[in-house]
Amino acid sequence: MRPMLLALLAKEPAHGYELKQALEQIFGSAYPSPNIGQIYVTLGRLEKDGLVRVVDVEQSNRPNKKVYYLTAAGREALEGWVDEPTEGPRVRDEFFMKLVLAPMTGIADRMAMINRQRRHYLGLMRDLNELAGQTDRDNRAALLLVEGAMLHLQADLDWLERCQEELS
Amino acid sequence: MTSPVVDTVNLVKIYQDGEVPVPAVRGVDLRVEAGEFVAVMGPSGSGKSTLIHMIGGLEARTSGEIWLDGQRADMLKESAWALLRRRKIGFVFQFFNLVANMTVADNVELPALLAGVSAKEARRRREHLLGELGLTARADAAPAQLAGGEQQRVALARALANKPSLLLADEPTGNLDSRNTRDVLRLLGEVHREGQAIVLVTHDARVASLADRVVSLLDGQIVDDGGAGLARRRPRGGAGDVIELRG
Repeated sequence: MRPMLLALLAKEPAHGYELKQALEQIFGSAYPSPNIGQIYVTLGRLEKDGLVRVVDVEQSNRPNKKVYYLTAAGREALEGWVDEPTEGPRVRDEFFMKLVLAPMTGIADRMAMINRQRRHYLGLMRDLNELAGQTDRDNRAALLLVEGAMLHLQADLDWLERCQEELS
Repeated sequence: MTSPVVDTVNLVKIYQDGEVPVPAVRGVDLRVEAGEFVAVMGPSGSGKSTLIHMIGGLEARTSGEIWLDGQRADMLKESAWALLRRRKIGFVFQFFNLVANMTVADNVELPALLAGVSAKEARRRREHLLGELGLTARADAAPAQLAGGEQQRVALARALANKPSLLLADEPTGNLDSRNTRDVLRLLGEVHREGQAIVLVTHDARVASLADRVVSLLDGQIVDDGGAGLARRRPRGGAGDVIELRG
């Protein structure tokens, strides 16, 4: 979450709750909303590392508001994050480990494991279909996020099929 | 109790490759109730297309039985099969099979007209289907002028023109991008809600996930049948977690 908060603060200074709202608005329900506690913990760490600073803004009739803004070091860290290529998905699939190892012990049947896993993936896909249906048509970031998850899930299913062909 | 829409009993297909018999479907019992949506999945060469072709009467079985709406179908002559198809079955082929010298509109209306529906009703139905699939502007085009994904959607519209009680489809989203797939999924959902049975072969998990049952084939045999509804245990919660895990 660190770089995401830095990116939002590069746009404009904000307090914690505004950052939470911005994340929810940009990514929709497709992205699990961080709780406000996590956001403040992360902001505290960023402050300790000198990437953000905080100012107290006085409010009438209310406690002071803490507004965070990006430091020069924060901007540099953000630029580094943006410029750097991002790791692709790594295959260290827990199900695959089960599939290879469990039958060696005689406690599981591969075909049954694969069938169970396929149904589970299809159930997840059904959820994603529903999520896509509930997402605002104009929120392209959220829709693309859901579509990305669907494509990954499709790849998992194709791989499962390959496993079934080769191992059963 | 009504008869199942489809009921196959120990259905077998063996192709002959020179002297070598090649079994494609090896004893499939598949029962589909009225209004049920069944997806057939499996690796290429697992017998999916052969199975659905046999159910649709497009390929002869080697042995076994095929019952449609309580009627034994595998003993029918070609002409009787054609009649049955026209009345009850819509078929979406993997390679579309549109009539080349007819417009898109005429391709879609033809099955309804052949079945004796009035011209006005056939036209209304065609306009609705092409609209749902985002093809209204292509109604007067010839199939050859269309992109592959458009031809595929026309083939689906044609298969549904007749409101068949059974829709059979072989990879109906195989050539579609995700936006067009969404249109097709929405239309399939509508067809399903209206009580038409659907049996489709697909690799596309988005399509399969909408089905009531997923039948998995491997080497010409059913190795899994999703039964009533899919297992939906989510130890870690909902779809958002998929995104978090992968994102």
